[in-house]
Amino acid sequence: MPFAFLDDVAIADLAFEAWGETLEETFVAAAEAVLCAMVEDPQSVRPQVRRPLRLRHEALDLLLFTFLQELIYYKDAEQLLLRVPQVRLGTADGVHTLEAEACGERLDPSRHQLRVDVKAVTLHRFSLAQTPSGWKACVVLDV
Amino acid sequence: MRSLARRIGEYIWEIPPTAKEGMLVPARIYATEKLFRDMDEAVFEQITNVATLPGIVKYALCMPDGHSGYGFPIGGVAAMDVTQGGVISPGGIGFDINCGMRLVLTNLTVEEVRPHLKTLVDRLYERVPAGVGCTGFVKISRQEFRRVVEEGARWCIRQGYGWEEDLELTEEGGCIAGADASKISDKAVDRGYNQIGTLGSGNHYLEIQQAHILDPELAGRFGITIPNQVVVMFHCGSRGFGHQVATDYLQVFLRVMQSKYGITIRDRELACAPFDSPEGQDYFAAMKCGINMSFANRQVILHRIREVFSSVFGRSAEDLGMHMVYDVAHNTAKLERHVVDGQERTLLVHRKGATRAFGPGLEGLPARYRELGQPVIIGGSMETGSYLLVGVPAGAQTFFTTAHGSGRTMSRTRARKQWRGQQLQRELESRGIYVRSVSWSGLAEEAGGAYKNIDDVVEATELAGISKRVVRFTPLGNVKG
Repeated sequence: MPFAFLDDVAIADLAFEAWGETLEETFVAAAEAVLCAMVEDPQSVRPQVRRPLRLRHEALDLLLFTFLQELIYYKDAEQLLLRVPQVRLGTADGVHTLEAEACGERLDPSRHQLRVDVKAVTLHRFSLAQTPSGWKACVVLDV
Repeated sequence: MRSLARRIGEYIWEIPPTAKEGMLVPARIYATEKLFRDMDEAVFEQITNVATLPGIVKYALCMPDGHSGYGFPIGGVAAMDVTQGGVISPGGIGFDINCGMRLVLTNLTVEEVRPHLKTLVDRLYERVPAGVGCTGFVKISRQEFRRVVEEGARWCIRQGYGWEEDLELTEEGGCIAGADASKISDKAVDRGYNQIGTLGSGNHYLEIQQAHILDPELAGRFGITIPNQVVVMFHCGSRGFGHQVATDYLQVFLRVMQSKYGITIRDRELACAPFDSPEGQDYFAAMKCGINMSFANRQVILHRIREVFSSVFGRSAEDLGMHMVYDVAHNTAKLERHVVDGQERTLLVHRKGATRAFGPGLEGLPARYRELGQPVIIGGSMETGSYLLVGVPAGAQTFFTTAHGSGRTMSRTRARKQWRGQQLQRELESRGIYVRSVSWSGLAEEAGGAYKNIDDVVEATELAGISKRVVRFTPLGNVKG
C-alpha cells in the first residue's frame, strides 16, 4: 500500500506518510495506514458491515483529519475495524465534501492480530500537500 | 535550539526568551547532563513553543523524562495566570486525559506470590481487558455514563466497586469538582460508555511488583513495611471517551483561536482559548469529565485486581491488606494556588506526562499524608522497574511537579524493527518476569531498551530537588495492553 510508518518523527506516538496520484487515492491510503496501526494484516478484516461516511469541512486537510477520526470513532463506539475502498471528494458552497462507504467487521482478537490502540489523530506536523507526482499526507497518531 | 540552552544549575538547563520569536518566558529543562544530551531535538522546539502561549508564568518546564510529543513535549508543564488572559490548551493535557497510575499494597511476600504468579497474571489478563477497542464488564446506559463522568470514582464506590478509603487516596478524592456532562458530545459518550474497567494499549499496563525499600520511615508511612513485599501498579487513562473530548475541543479551539481571540500559535496541536472564554470554560468542564472517567476506570480495575488476588489466595482483599497507596494523574490542567515571586496566585497548571508532587502541608493532600508530602508513582518500562517518590518543599520551583515515567528514547516504529514480542516474552520469563500481552508487536514497542534508564530519571528529580525516592519496585508479572 502507498503508505509508510516513519522511524523517527514521533518518539511516543506513531507517524506515517500516505500518498497517491490523486487526492482520493491519498485519502484511501491514509485510512489503510490507520487500520494497519491497529491490526497486523488488513486483509484479515472482512467486509461484513458497512458504514456510510458523509463529511464536510472548510479546509481540505481538516477534511482528511475528520475522515481518519471517524474511523477511530467506529473502532471504540462499535468495535469496528473498517477499510475504505474508495472515497468521492467534491466541493459544495465552498466547502470540501467527502462521501464514502467504509466496510469491515467487528474486531475479533482470535482472528485479527492486533497492534496498538489509536487514541486520536493529532494535528502535530499534520499536512496534506501536492507533490510533483500527486498528493502526500503526513499524520501523527496518538497511540 | 538545544545549543541555545545554558546550564544554570547542576540539573537545570535554560533556553532564554530571545531564542525564539514570541517566547514570553524562558524554557527550563530538568535533567542530568546525560539525560539532557539524549533528549530528542524536537523536545527543545516543543518546549520553546509552549513558552509562547499567552498567560504563561515564570517558565515552560520539561521534566527529566521529557521526550517529543505533539504540541507540548511529554513531560511538559505550563502554569497560566487565568486572571491575565492565560489560555487552556488540549495539547497541554493530551488526548488521554488523566492517564495516570495507581499503586496498591498487599501484605504478601515474593516467596508467597511466586508459586501463584502465572495464575495471577493469567487471571488478571482475563479480568482486566486490554488492547485495541476493548470493552469492560460494567454494562450501563449512555445516560448513566454521563453520571459516571460527573461523579468519577464515587460512582464506582456506590456500585460496590471498591472501598470508601479508596476515594481519600485518589487525587481530587476520585471526583474533580466542576465536571459537566452537558459539555461533552454524544460521540465521546459512544466511545467510552462500554470501556470502564479496561487498560487500553500502548504504554498502559498492570504489573505485580516486588518492593525494595530505600527510605524505611517514609515507606512505612505509605504501608510498605515487609521485606520483599508485593504490590500492584497499573497505568491507564480515560480511554476513547477522553480521546474524543480532546479531539472535539481541539477543533473548537482551532475555529475561534485566531478569528475570535487573535491568538497565533506555532503548532496547530497547541490550539487554545482564553481560560475565561466560553470555549475555554466549556473545555475545562468537559476535560474534568475525562478526569473523572479515568478515576472511575482505575477504580473498577482495582476492584477486579482485588477479586483476582482474593480468588487465587482464598482470602478476602481486606485480609490481604490490599489498600491503595495513592492514585496520581499525568495528563491534566488544574487550578491551583502557587506562590510566585512571593505572591500567592491562582494558576491553571497544565501537566502533560508529568505528575503533581505536592510537598508536605499543602491543601489537597489526604490527611494521612499531609505532613509527609504527596506519594508520586513513577512507572518504568516493564523490564527495568518503577518507583514510589514523595513530593518535597523545594518542588515549588516546578509548581510542585515531577516526572511521570522513564520517557522513550526510541520511536515505536524503530522498536518494532529491533525486537520481537515473542522473543522478549521468553527473555523476560527466563529472568523470572511473566508477561501476557494482547499484541506481540505492542510488546516489542514497549521493550526496556526503547526507554531511558528509570534510575537516571528519578535520580535527576531527587538531585534537582523536585521529589525524593522512597521505594524502588522490580517487576514480577505484567499484563500489557
